[in-house]
Amino acid sequence: MSDQGWIGKSVKRVEDYRLLTGRGTYIDDHPPVANLCHAAIVRSPHPHARILGYDLSAALAMDGVVGAITGADVLKHSKPFSVGVTAPVQYFCAATDKARFVGEPVAVVVARDRYVAEDAADLVQVSYEPLPAVVDPERALEPDAPVLHEAVGSNLANNRRLVYGDPDRAFRDADVVIKERFRFPKYGSTPIETYGVIARWDALDGVCTVWSNFMGPFIMHPLTARVLGLPGNKLRFIVPPDIGGSFGIKSLIYPYMALIALASKLTGVAVKWIEDRHEHLMASSTGTDRVAYRELAAKKDGTILGMRFRWLDNVGGYIRSPEPGCSFRPTGNFVGPYRFQNLEVDASTVMTNKCLTGPNRGYACGHLYFETEGMMDRLADTLGLDPVEVRRRNLIPAAAMPYRTPTGGLYDSGDYPQAFDKALEMAKYGELRREQAKARAAGRYFGIGLALAVDPSVSNMGYVATALDPQFRAKPEYLPKSGAVDSATIKVDPLGRVIAILGTTPQGQGHQTVVSQIVADELGLVPEDVTVVDEMDTFTRVWSISSGTYSSRFGSVGTSAVALAARKLKKKLVEYAAHLMDMPPEQLEFRDGAVRAKQGKGPSYSVKDLAGRAHWNTESLPEGMEPGLQATAVFGFTVAKAVDAEDRVNSSNTYGFIAEVMAVEVDPETAAIKILRYVTVHDAGTIINPMIAEGQIYGGALHGLGGALYEELAYDEDGNLLTGTFMDYLVPTACEAPTIEIAHVVSPSPLTPLGSKGLGESSSMTVPAVIANAVSDALSPLGIRINELPMTPSKLWKAIERAGRSHAAPTAGHPRSRPTTGPPVQ
Amino acid sequence: MAEMVTVRLKVNGVAHEGRCEPRKLLVDFLREDLELTGTHIGCEHGICGACTILFNGEAARSCIMLAVQADGSEILTVEGLMQNGTLHPLQEAFREHHGLQCGFCTPGMLMTALDFLKTNPSPTEAEVREGISAVLCRCTGYQGIVNAVRAAARTLGGAAKVESGT
Repeated sequence: MSDQGWIGKSVKRVEDYRLLTGRGTYIDDHPPVANLCHAAIVRSPHPHARILGYDLSAALAMDGVVGAITGADVLKHSKPFSVGVTAPVQYFCAATDKARFVGEPVAVVVARDRYVAEDAADLVQVSYEPLPAVVDPERALEPDAPVLHEAVGSNLANNRRLVYGDPDRAFRDADVVIKERFRFPKYGSTPIETYGVIARWDALDGVCTVWSNFMGPFIMHPLTARVLGLPGNKLRFIVPPDIGGSFGIKSLIYPYMALIALASKLTGVAVKWIEDRHEHLMASSTGTDRVAYRELAAKKDGTILGMRFRWLDNVGGYIRSPEPGCSFRPTGNFVGPYRFQNLEVDASTVMTNKCLTGPNRGYACGHLYFETEGMMDRLADTLGLDPVEVRRRNLIPAAAMPYRTPTGGLYDSGDYPQAFDKALEMAKYGELRREQAKARAAGRYFGIGLALAVDPSVSNMGYVATALDPQFRAKPEYLPKSGAVDSATIKVDPLGRVIAILGTTPQGQGHQTVVSQIVADELGLVPEDVTVVDEMDTFTRVWSISSGTYSSRFGSVGTSAVALAARKLKKKLVEYAAHLMDMPPEQLEFRDGAVRAKQGKGPSYSVKDLAGRAHWNTESLPEGMEPGLQATAVFGFTVAKAVDAEDRVNSSNTYGFIAEVMAVEVDPETAAIKILRYVTVHDAGTIINPMIAEGQIYGGALHGLGGALYEELAYDEDGNLLTGTFMDYLVPTACEAPTIEIAHVVSPSPLTPLGSKGLGESSSMTVPAVIANAVSDALSPLGIRINELPMTPSKLWKAIERAGRSHAAPTAGHPRSRPTTGPPVQ
Repeated sequence: MAEMVTVRLKVNGVAHEGRCEPRKLLVDFLREDLELTGTHIGCEHGICGACTILFNGEAARSCIMLAVQADGSEILTVEGLMQNGTLHPLQEAFREHHGLQCGFCTPGMLMTALDFLKTNPSPTEAEVREGISAVLCRCTGYQGIVNAVRAAARTLGGAAKVESGT
């Protein structure tokens, strides 16, 4: 990488031409095979009901209907998906015995066109015996609660108690102990393109091809093959070049891939299914809603001695892989950016009659930091310290990097105090506090929030085993899991141009642009010389179970594979040129698109020249050199290890950092929250394309804001979905989106060839924390603390009304002075 | 089999004639019958705006209109924005200001912004935000889009208003 290089420049995206002119290729755009038929899915209207029988006769009698399958066929022709826990949960791609949430698939109708399929789906008769439902995770664990899975015997899908250090001693030694209960809402990032699947099961050659907007991880390929009874090399997953957003949500399309594949197998035609928005909101995927009980032990000076987390994560009707990642994905960074060594985590995963869950942008970290950063402010309040000071006192210092956390994480690089200071400086923290004092004196509710977070990227697949008991993992038949791998192939064509081939399933992150920058730098070319192919095909791409674009992994692991492949190819080109020039390879280098002598002038061989010779005249190759100008690299992190016997695991591979400051004003009459300042400082190592990085931060922040203020998949007590359309499920528009002041601190990762880390989830994991802290600070004169999201105007208004009856308007004084007793927002 | 109707309309300056069921949505007619897949479907209930087209010169949602309603109309879709192989200034501005990531809402966003700039050629930032609030984007946090629309307004000849406040 040189100062003159392409890395670090805001190169405009090559993807944009096709996407701006209506020529993208999304799953719904181009039929990959002729004579497609169309599916409509029949779904349960009941939150919880036993299925007594099906009557397909009216549907099948309709003109244009090709066939239909039901849960009975699913039971007969497929197996349940593996789940990540030992509880005997049978999760099929459609309901087989009972429906356990509103919208669960119970049958599929296949017809000549979608309109006919929808008509016929209405004629499918399913007899149900409705059963009592439960939606609240605490209620679900009561002894008299309705039980979803009789074989499990209760609604507890999993429980792990993890102990690191000596938390009991930390709490005994503490000067102060703080306890709080938090609630995090169920929301999903609702990509504007919904799920889409096309399947063709060829009865003669036995190959089932599934086209879809699946984003990975490709662990779901072997899992789905097992469900369908196919060997891996007879199940082909193809992902088209363009995916219309995902944010984690499209990793959970895999049950539909199995369901539509079965529909194709049993009807004998190629079947296409495009999910509609109502289906998406009812039955795709969201993050979990969580009830959290937090305890913090600290010394009087603010030094944290230890913490206790008790979590109830609500995974809906079935625990579906990769859950319970909702609890364990951040295992290595449970302590965040803080130094404390003693931690107890009691993580329960609970099943209720809500739709299923999975990764949503910021997977499990939005929850984690909402709680931890809320606790930091409560500690500051209790000790009468500024929230800045409390955080500074506990931050991991730069000199401690690389830092091993008590839970097994290995923070590869970073200077957290410096990044925090930068955020405070940009926000003019001192001035904001003075402004706050003035505002309070004038009777206004002005608040300042802080949030710090370690931003994990590239999940180590091994973290999922934290869900299992160490005794279970110690059994000889248990196979340990670990890894975070990606691959890239780079080839030079006979005319000297470069093609890079990935299998990364991007969903708008601009991989083609970023890869062209990296390859251009490595080979001394310009990005236009590099064509990047990034769609996935499990039959032709080099891939592994961790492949895909999720957990902010491309900026770290994908780019590493590209750089390594380019370096491998470069080495070959240099060796070939050395042979042609009759010089030792050590005296040559790649410069300005050609292999040249490191010193002095002399002959040079351009990539084009070498390509022509190598492709046309293999006799010119040195003895022993493999013909062809291409290189494939598979990059894997060696720090990705299996969880150990003490439940420690390096759950991600590179770890960035986020420091945020937000100032808000709350209108006590309307409970409207106005964001006055929002500063975010990120450390994601080397930034390859600043424009794309900024876009990721903006997008991530708005997802966090949606969850904090507007979005909730709401259910009534009986399990009926209340937010089945975009009229009820509120997605922020441009009017609600804040302007953000963004800066970067760069601590290159020592673990990646380019020094880059992931950035994709970014502020989605900090905004719920920073805005909750800011609003709590604004309303502190009323004694209101935010411990539940979303902060909808009605909830906030009620809290203000309640508090207003017992507290006076704000008065001048210490800006953070607040009554010690006040109602939490519930 | 339902009765079929004939729909004659002009799309991107080209006359088309098709036959479809009276219940067929305009967006499905554009995508399936005319194979203009640039117009996207995001919600099918008129909220997300991904399917926005210009219908007789005004922004309209093609997912809550029937194809038969468009009989005799003139429609502009995203495919019709580029002229003589050159991007429209609005498209160019989206590229310049990173106004898109996954690109799925982009066709609806472009058509909405085009209509908005006709009625307000030199908008403030707040007016742009209001103007494009009819389309949902989940990737960009909207900032790149807002910057792009304002830049396009300048290119297209509107004098930027002096802003107060934000």
